[in-house]
Amino acid sequence: MPRTVDLTAVTPYADHLGDGLVQLSFTLPVPYSLAARKAALELAGKMGFEEPEVVHYQQLTDGYTYFVMYGRCVQTVDFTALQGEGFDIEYMGEEEIESFAAEHLGRRIVVVGASTGSDTHSVGIDAMLNLKGYHGHHGLEGYRSFQTYNLGSQVPNSVLVAKAIEVGADAILVSQTVTQQNLHVHNLTELVEMVEAEGKRGEIILACGGPRVSSELAKELGYDAGFSKGTYPHHLATFIVRELAARVATAG
Amino acid sequence: MSGSKLDLDPGVVAACRQAARQIAEQVTDQIAGRTTLSVERSVTRLLGVDGADSLDVPLPNVLVDHVHERGGLGHGIAYWLGNTMLQTGRSPQEIADSVSAGEIVLTEIDLADDRAIHDRVAEECAARLKEISGRFDERRAMRERLGEGPPPLRYVLTATGDVYEDVVHAKAVAEAGGDIIAVIRSTAQSLLDYVPYGPTTEGYGGTFATQANFRIMREAMDEWSEKHGRYVRLSSFCSGLCMSEIASMGAWEGFDNMVNDALYGILYRDINIVRGLIDQRVSRMINGYFGVVINTGEDNYLRTADAIEAAPSVTASQFINHQLARESGVPDGQIALGDAFEIDVPVRNGLLYEWAQAQLTRELFPDCPIKYMPPTRHMDGNLFRTHASDTLFNLVTIATGQGVQTIGVPTEGIFTPHIHDRVLGLQNVDYVFNAAHDLGEEIEFKRGGIIQTRAQEVLAAAHVLLERIAQTGLFEAIEQATFGDVSRGVEDGRGIEGIVTTEEGYFNPVVDLMREATYA
Repeated sequence: MPRTVDLTAVTPYADHLGDGLVQLSFTLPVPYSLAARKAALELAGKMGFEEPEVVHYQQLTDGYTYFVMYGRCVQTVDFTALQGEGFDIEYMGEEEIESFAAEHLGRRIVVVGASTGSDTHSVGIDAMLNLKGYHGHHGLEGYRSFQTYNLGSQVPNSVLVAKAIEVGADAILVSQTVTQQNLHVHNLTELVEMVEAEGKRGEIILACGGPRVSSELAKELGYDAGFSKGTYPHHLATFIVRELAARVATAG
Repeated sequence: MSGSKLDLDPGVVAACRQAARQIAEQVTDQIAGRTTLSVERSVTRLLGVDGADSLDVPLPNVLVDHVHERGGLGHGIAYWLGNTMLQTGRSPQEIADSVSAGEIVLTEIDLADDRAIHDRVAEECAARLKEISGRFDERRAMRERLGEGPPPLRYVLTATGDVYEDVVHAKAVAEAGGDIIAVIRSTAQSLLDYVPYGPTTEGYGGTFATQANFRIMREAMDEWSEKHGRYVRLSSFCSGLCMSEIASMGAWEGFDNMVNDALYGILYRDINIVRGLIDQRVSRMINGYFGVVINTGEDNYLRTADAIEAAPSVTASQFINHQLARESGVPDGQIALGDAFEIDVPVRNGLLYEWAQAQLTRELFPDCPIKYMPPTRHMDGNLFRTHASDTLFNLVTIATGQGVQTIGVPTEGIFTPHIHDRVLGLQNVDYVFNAAHDLGEEIEFKRGGIIQTRAQEVLAAAHVLLERIAQTGLFEAIEQATFGDVSRGVEDGRGIEGIVTTEEGYFNPVVDLMREATYA
C-alpha cells in the first residue's frame, strides 16, 4: 500500500518517503588529508545530520579541501501551518492586464526602473522594462497601459528617486544583481530611506528584483514586493495593476 | 574557401574585410586631432610616474589635471614634462612629487627649444619602453622554459573583491588546469576616471585593478608557475575610462592578456564613443607593442540581444574590431576576438547554431586566437542544468579549435562563483577536451545542411550590415542600436569632458615610438 505523506512532519525525500537525505557540498580551509575528511564528517554532525557520509573530496590547492556529502536530516517542518502563505497568485496575461488597467485605472501607469548603485548589470531591469522582454514575453514598455523609463545600470539611488518624482511615477523598480557581501541589501535599504525622506513612500509602489531578492527580503526591507528568478514582465505587471487598483479603491 | 568546412563564399568574406577596413579608416579620421586625460596619464605612467597624494589622488591625475587646468594639455603632458626635465634636471617621478607638493608650476617654467624638449622626453620614454620590453622578453623566456597548456587556453576569473583571497582562488584554479587567470575589476571601476592606488581588499563582483594588486597576483602566480612547472598567464581589463592607463600598468607588471574593447564601455557603461575609441587606440598600441594578447567583447552583445537574431552583428563587429586592432599595430596572433555560446536552452538545434557560429568565427579569422565565452544569460540558478550546458559549450570549443575559452561555471547567474565552483567547471573542461580531443579533425558538415546554411546566412547578413555601416559610419550605427540593442549618441556619455583637442606642436612620445616600431 502506498504510504501517504504526513504533512505535519515533512522531511526531505530522496529515494523513499521519510529518508531525509540531503546533498551538501562545501570547502574547508584545511589541508587535504584523512583529518580533513573527519573534520567534514564532524561538522555535518554538528549541523544536525545523522549518518553523514563523504562521497567525494579533493584538494583545491594547498590548505583547501572540497567535499561532497550526504546526510540524513532528522528535522521536520509542519507544512499544514504554512499553506495559504501564497505563491498561488493567479497572474494575468498581457491582454488581461491591458483591459484590467483600462477598466480600473483609465490612465497610463508610470514606471521608473534602474539597476542602482555600482551594479553594472542591466539584464534584469531590461528583461522587465524593455519592449523585447524575456523568453518571448514583452517588457512593460510594450504595454499600452504602461509608460516606462528605464534608466539603465550604475544609477545612483538619488537619481532614480529624482526621476520618479519628476515624472510622477506610480512605481519604482530596482534591480540588484551583484550581491557579494550583501551589497544589495545596503543599496535597497538606502533607496527606501530616500523615498521616505522625500515623503513619497505612501504614493509610490516600490518593487525590487534580482537573483537573490526574495519576497520575504523585499518586505523586510520595506518594499511592496520582491521578484526573483523565474519572474516574467506580466508577473510584475499583474502585481502593479492590482496594487494600484486596490489603492484607488481604498482612496475612492 | 579552401579548407572551409562551411563552404563560405570567399568573395563575400573579402567584401566584409574591405568594408571593415573602410569603417576603421573612418573611425581613425573621426578621432584624429584629439587626446584624452587618460591617454595623457598613461604617458606619465610609462615615463615611470606612480604613487598617490595624501588624499589618495593618483599622481598621474595630479600631474595631468595640473597642466589641463592651466590650459596646456593641447601640447601633451610629455611636452611639459620634457621641458621641466630639461630645465630642472628632475625625473618625471620627481616632477610629479614636486607638483603634488605645490613646489612648481609646469606651465610657468621657462620654455626650452621644442626640439630639445622632444629629444629629452623621447629619450626618457625610449629607455622606459626598453626596460619594459626587456622584462617582457624575460617573461617570454620563462613561458617557453616552463611551457604552458595547449590551446584552447582555459581562462578563469577570480573576483572575490579581496586581492589576497583572489590569490587563493587563482592557485586553486591553476591547480585544476587554468591557463589564464583574469583579475576581474570591481563592478564600479569602469566609470572611475582614475586608477586607485595600492592593494585593495574590498570590491564587489571583482577586485580593483590597481598596479599593486597586479603585482601581488603576478608574484603569486610566477611562484606557482615555477613550483609546478607550468606557466600561468594573467589577464585583466583595459576598459572603462582608464583603458590606456591600465594597459600601461599591465605592461609594467607583466600581464599577458587584456580585455580591450571600447565598444563594451560605450554600450554598457555609457562611455562617450569618441572618448572610448581614442582611449582604445592608445591602449591597443601599448598592448600590441609589448606582445600582450587583447580580447574583444562581442560576446557581451548576446547578453542584451537575442543570440540568434544578433549573430550577424557579432560577426560584423569582429571584422571591425579586427581592423581597428590592426590599425593600432596589434598583429593577428594577439587579437582574440570575442564570441559566446548564448543561444537559449529550449531552442531546437541550438547546439548546431552554436557550432555554426563558432566554426564561422574560426574560419573568418584563422590567425586570431578567438576568445569563446560560456553561456550566462539564460542560466537560471539550476546549477546542474548550467553544468550540462557548459558540457556542450566545452564540446563546441574543442571541436572548433577556439584559442581561448572562458570556462563555464555551474553557479553562473546565482552569485560570484565560489572557489570549488570554478574547479568543477575546470574538471568539466578537462573531461570534454580530453574525450573529444581530435573530434574537429574528424568532422565535415553536410553540404547545404543546417550548420553550413546557418553560417552562410550569418555571413551574408553580416556583409549587408558592414556595407551599411561603411556608408553611415560606425558612430551612426551605434546610434541606431546595431550592437547589443543599445543606442548611444556621439555627443552623449560619460567621460566626454576628458577629451582634449590637440594643438600645433602636440607631442606624444609613446604613440610616436610605438608607431615607429610597428611601421618600421
